[in-house]
Amino acid sequence: MTQLALVIDLNVCVGCHACVTSCKEWNTSGEAGFMSDDNPYDRDPTGTFFNRVQTFEVGGFPDTQTVHFPKSCLHCEDPPCVPVCPTGASYKRPEDGIVLVDYDKCIGCKYCAWACPYGVRELDEHQKVMKKCTLCVDRIYDEKLPESERKPSCVLACPTNARLYGDIHDEESIVSKAIREAAGYQLMPEWGTQPANHYLPRRKTEAKLPGDVAARTDNPLNIDGPAPVSGRAR
Amino acid sequence: MNPAFSVVFLTTLLGAGQGLFLALFVVEGAVAAGLLSAPASGFYSCGSATAVILLGAGLLASFFHLGHPDRAWRAAAMWRTSWLSREVIVLPVFMVLVTVYGWMHWLGRPGTLTLGLLAAAVCVLLFVCTGMIYACIKFLQEWATPLTLVNFTLLGCASGVMLATALAAVRGEPNVAVLGQWAMLLTLAGMATRIASLRRNAALKPKSTLQSAIGIHHPKVVQKAQGFMGGSFNTREFFHGRGPGTLRMVKWLFIAAAFVLPVVLVKSGLGAGSSALLVLAFAMQFCGLVAERWFFFAQANHPQNLYYQTVS
Amino acid sequence: MTASAQPAARTETRNTTCYMCACRCGIRVHLKNDEVRYIEGNPGHPLNKGVICAKGASGIMKQYSPARLTRPLRRKPGSERGAGEFEPISWDEAFKVMEERLGKLRSTDPKKFALFTGRDQMQALTGLFARQFGTPNYAAHGGFCSVNMAAGMIYTIGGSFWEFGGPDLDRAKLFVMIGTAEDHHSNPMKMAISKFKREGGRFISINPVRTGYSAVADEWIPIRPGTDGALLLALCHELVKLGLYDRDFLVQYSNAGYLVNLDEKSEKFGLIACDETAEEKNPHRKHQQLWWDRHSKRAVINHTGDSDPALTGSYQLPDGTPVKPAFELLRERLSEYTPEWAAKITGIDAAKIRSLAQEMGVTARDQKIELPIAWTDSWGRKHDKVTGNPVAFHAMRGLAAHSNGFHTIRALSILMSLLGTIDRPGGFRHKAPFPRSTPPVYARNPNDPGAVKPDTPLGGAPLGFPGGPEDLFVDDKGEPVRLDKAFSWEHPLAVHGMMHNVITNAWKGDPYPIDTLMLFMANMAWNSTMNTSEVRKMLNDRDASGEYKIPFLIVCDAFQSETTAFADLVLPDTTYLERHDVMSMLDRPISEFDGPVDSVRVPVVPPKGECKPFQEVLIELAGRLKFPAFTKPDGSRKFKDYPDFITNFETEPGSGQGFLIGWRGKDGDKALVGEPNPKQWEMYAKNNCVFHHVMPESYQYMRNWNQEYSEWAQKMKLRRFADPVIIQLYAEVLQRFRLAARGQGKRVPPVHLRERITTYFDPLPFYYTPLEVQCTDTEKYPLSAITQRPMAMYHSWDSQNAWLRQIHAHNYLFVNEKTAADNGIADGDWIWVESMHGRVRCMCRCSNAVEPGTVWTWNAIGKAQGAWHLSPDANEARKGFLLNHLISEEIPMGGGRTVSNSDPVTGQAGWYDVRVRICKAEAGEPEETSPQFAPLPAAPGTGKVRKLWQAFVAGNGDFK
Repeated sequence: MTQLALVIDLNVCVGCHACVTSCKEWNTSGEAGFMSDDNPYDRDPTGTFFNRVQTFEVGGFPDTQTVHFPKSCLHCEDPPCVPVCPTGASYKRPEDGIVLVDYDKCIGCKYCAWACPYGVRELDEHQKVMKKCTLCVDRIYDEKLPESERKPSCVLACPTNARLYGDIHDEESIVSKAIREAAGYQLMPEWGTQPANHYLPRRKTEAKLPGDVAARTDNPLNIDGPAPVSGRAR
Repeated sequence: MNPAFSVVFLTTLLGAGQGLFLALFVVEGAVAAGLLSAPASGFYSCGSATAVILLGAGLLASFFHLGHPDRAWRAAAMWRTSWLSREVIVLPVFMVLVTVYGWMHWLGRPGTLTLGLLAAAVCVLLFVCTGMIYACIKFLQEWATPLTLVNFTLLGCASGVMLATALAAVRGEPNVAVLGQWAMLLTLAGMATRIASLRRNAALKPKSTLQSAIGIHHPKVVQKAQGFMGGSFNTREFFHGRGPGTLRMVKWLFIAAAFVLPVVLVKSGLGAGSSALLVLAFAMQFCGLVAERWFFFAQANHPQNLYYQTVS
Repeated sequence: MTASAQPAARTETRNTTCYMCACRCGIRVHLKNDEVRYIEGNPGHPLNKGVICAKGASGIMKQYSPARLTRPLRRKPGSERGAGEFEPISWDEAFKVMEERLGKLRSTDPKKFALFTGRDQMQALTGLFARQFGTPNYAAHGGFCSVNMAAGMIYTIGGSFWEFGGPDLDRAKLFVMIGTAEDHHSNPMKMAISKFKREGGRFISINPVRTGYSAVADEWIPIRPGTDGALLLALCHELVKLGLYDRDFLVQYSNAGYLVNLDEKSEKFGLIACDETAEEKNPHRKHQQLWWDRHSKRAVINHTGDSDPALTGSYQLPDGTPVKPAFELLRERLSEYTPEWAAKITGIDAAKIRSLAQEMGVTARDQKIELPIAWTDSWGRKHDKVTGNPVAFHAMRGLAAHSNGFHTIRALSILMSLLGTIDRPGGFRHKAPFPRSTPPVYARNPNDPGAVKPDTPLGGAPLGFPGGPEDLFVDDKGEPVRLDKAFSWEHPLAVHGMMHNVITNAWKGDPYPIDTLMLFMANMAWNSTMNTSEVRKMLNDRDASGEYKIPFLIVCDAFQSETTAFADLVLPDTTYLERHDVMSMLDRPISEFDGPVDSVRVPVVPPKGECKPFQEVLIELAGRLKFPAFTKPDGSRKFKDYPDFITNFETEPGSGQGFLIGWRGKDGDKALVGEPNPKQWEMYAKNNCVFHHVMPESYQYMRNWNQEYSEWAQKMKLRRFADPVIIQLYAEVLQRFRLAARGQGKRVPPVHLRERITTYFDPLPFYYTPLEVQCTDTEKYPLSAITQRPMAMYHSWDSQNAWLRQIHAHNYLFVNEKTAADNGIADGDWIWVESMHGRVRCMCRCSNAVEPGTVWTWNAIGKAQGAWHLSPDANEARKGFLLNHLISEEIPMGGGRTVSNSDPVTGQAGWYDVRVRICKAEAGEPEETSPQFAPLPAAPGTGKVRKLWQAFVAGNGDFK
């Protein structure tokens, strides 16, 4: 059984928001209708987005990490938003595991959003239906597109390639390998929702220095003088 | 959560309607068993009509919660999995039963007690559905407890019986004192369970933390930007924007208005034989329950809020 | 989700080049019923390989922004400048006004016309226009951007970061980024950092703030702003002390072994000793500098036979002249710059500085790269391989925008050279047309006031690279000829001009008043100027006769900005999706390490309303004013329009060198040089709008000293000469100015500037406290205040973008948690930030990702009320703020004089030198930023109604 998902590599995400707006531009003219913006040129502009990039600071100065954190629907394997939907508008596709909303059935009761711990569903204030990431379901199967472009818009846009896309149930897929090799993890595992999307943590490359950096026959100070003194690392 | 008045009124009005019906049914049963003196038959039909009006008003309020009320009928589809869907089915059934119950009383038809029994069963089911809509969301730890069901039921019953007492008094029916005592009893029971839930919630330890939310297990994690600055659905729906002081105030307000004052008013109303005080008791309690329900939503801290703390 | 049936739509895809920032990625624009449906990165483009950024993906909201100007506008008679009251006029009228006014200036005193352009990508054309007009008063925004980076590096290694060169992260093992803005060369840098990190490279970021790229660094080293020079010099100190420098590289490719004349009495004091009898290979540069051969123990011409120069010691030439190798002088200079010394200045532990230096040195030494690529050096020696030391750097405005930035960047260039990483694999690599000689000779500015003559093109390029006092553009008294005082004794190497002083100087009439100022795409009444509040007053100030001190102001922009409000004439520019453009080799191309690349824009949608591309305005004006280069011998117009100009213009008649290098020659089969090809635009349009010439591998490295490459580059007109470009550890050019300050030569600085020249034209890098800080009471104003550009916004441009402004609607001042607490400030408080020049009220956001002595904010988020077609109570106006109010464009110089708040060598604006203090706003103060300005009305031709909400769906025609 296929479970499509995104794997987001926090080790390389620089927080540029490319995924945020490429998602918006693809989907607002997409098959399921617009993503509206309120107060577009006024106080407190606000609109529907399927994907947001947030920023967190971890640790105290000077050992601070700044973490950019993109978040969209995680396409849970056990999606709590689906069973609560009274109309069946919210559903998980058996064939590829994508969690979708049927906008023609949605009554806009917001109950699915209440039942999602991740805050990734947004009610469009003007279409009045619940919206969320579709993994660009209208791109990924479009045979008019070259195969390399049958990917979600955010994945194609990402300049650091921090967004990997594939089938996490296929052990050989790029996403499964990334999860295995880079200790991919899920958000809020305490709820048992089994998000399909995973995150790859920061990985730090440390400095490696020899004990004595200067004592070598090829040290140019042997020519230029004075003769090299021992330079101890740190 | 940001309390939506549509849902606040939906649940309080339904509760009062349901409680009122149950009061009518129990009175009818007690009369049949010879425990109480019989009221005028208009008591049941008038009471049922009032209950249906309350239920209808609740239903109407619920439509204000929907983005697409025109499609509300679709909500009956997923009764196998969704408590909301179940409520959507049970509520109209209950309304029909109460209407017929009142109508039969009006016409003086027999079989009201049997029908009442069926309606009472559906009424209990409705309490379960309504309560479970909230209690089944495990992420909302403040709600995910049997106490939610108990409170919805007891508070609904208390306000309904309180209304029945006022109704009986205004109509000059018998049994006012008994109804009043039931109302006080239910109110005090509701107060006990509601305070129990307040105590439980005060001691709750959030299961999710910022650390588990982003998967970085460092003791110091602070959000600096949530990705947008003018708000979003996620900030409007899940944050009430009121300070802890307001919440504390509302809490004491509803404890006073929904429990303490109504009991005092009923007690003195019964003592003084004043139906005005009894009507006031219901009005006071209903307002108190509106505050209680507002608090119920406002106190619920959704784990999604961890993701929406700061803009910059 | 169900697919709803939609009526068949006309869809189309066109390739062009993005312009949501200066990165210039290839894009594919999808159209639906002629409306922009989707903009994606072009996978076939060498720069971005299919990726796109937040700005690029929001181009739709720029195209359909209600802030767009759509008609030429004239200020309403009697209305005040800045009030934004306009009446629409026709292009005919606009051209008539300009033709009359500019024609009169050209035939009387051309320097009274000043053309300054902001973030344009057509300096080759705008510069040509100014030159043909005959005015010296032209520059783009480089002077207030990163000229220190360009000048500091070009004068040292013959190339610089950004489009002229960058870190080779494909092969580097250690990458050190210092003072980099988040939007510079953005997508390629993001791609490279990600790949580098995934391959296990170690990434160190040195920056006062940890955001953006720094966020993913393996190590963050917080540093105090403006002290980078001290750190870099201490790193050099350690490398030299420990012997962690690449001696062979320095000997062969730098002037380390060149002997410097130390005879103070000599006219040649401080210059490099040469064998004057040897044959000259290049009229512009000598190559007979002397080494002291260690083996024969005598002075020899460099690179003679098997000689090996001494890098240290003190020697005497046969004529008795005392000399020392340049390296020895550098070593002596560095001796005082210990890690302990730097620690006090930078706030970085001495031990950390030591380990950083060791890590750089050891990585460079022990992880050498060898590529089996044979090449020949400038001295005819054949090498069977290319080697490299895998330590790469990147730096930008954080280093540049300080008044000590030139020497800081010299220090960085020298550090990179000590490590042996110049144009070698894994280090810094040039991009065509660089490397160029130091200083470059391809552009020479005029040096005589006589170069400005009525009805005559300027006698030289408006901007150039001076090689000595003789190249300054000053009059007999040593006074500046240019309005901005570039190439004067105040800022001799102001190679990008000094746009930041233009308005103030014109207002003061110092050095002279002008008549017409034309601004293109520069928000000089807001975020692009220092001292914003005062500059706005200057723009609106009149003399005793009631005439404006700057009599006529023409502004060309695509959007209604704070600056258009001050214009007498507003010209509506197109967006990037509506125009032809070239990213030219004559200007700022998008070359790759492996060869020259240029690209174009082609229109994908028709211009909105009456919008006209600025370049078309220039071509039209040039034709009307009959500039020689734009006029046929019979007096008729030479070029029909901009595309025609680009196709047919040649730098010299028959030179074969034009704006574009691709598909030249009659049949389009020539690259770089060839006759004009009438089908050139078509060929670009068919080929992703880009031309990439991949050079043979043997041309790709060591280009400063690569004989075959140099000869090819000369033939292809990338360089004037094929001689080696020697790394200038010791910058003899600077010493020439010092000698003039000693009173030597025909041109000497005015007395009051002699000490300044002597101090700052040190041929060796040195550290000094930034000038603004020198005049600040740092007890009173202890904190440095800096800005950064967010990755999702390009300068002030994107507040009119409905999607991007949701990400950055207003800005906070980020303050270290402890610093805030020490000042009694809590997170989210309203605070005052005060410098000695002014104060602003804003909100505080506490942070641990900023060093305690620094406060910072996102630049250009704050807007004036009503500008950019936002409502007056928009977040940008009420909660957003500009730091510019705190920064002065001038600083005192003693003797009652003022001087530009800039680097004394290059005129680079010292944006990041300002010192501030912070305090909590009083209770009861309004909760909005201060200062506020009267709201601007919407200009005629901009969006009529400000929509309460909108939903973009391409193809419906609602936004067209």
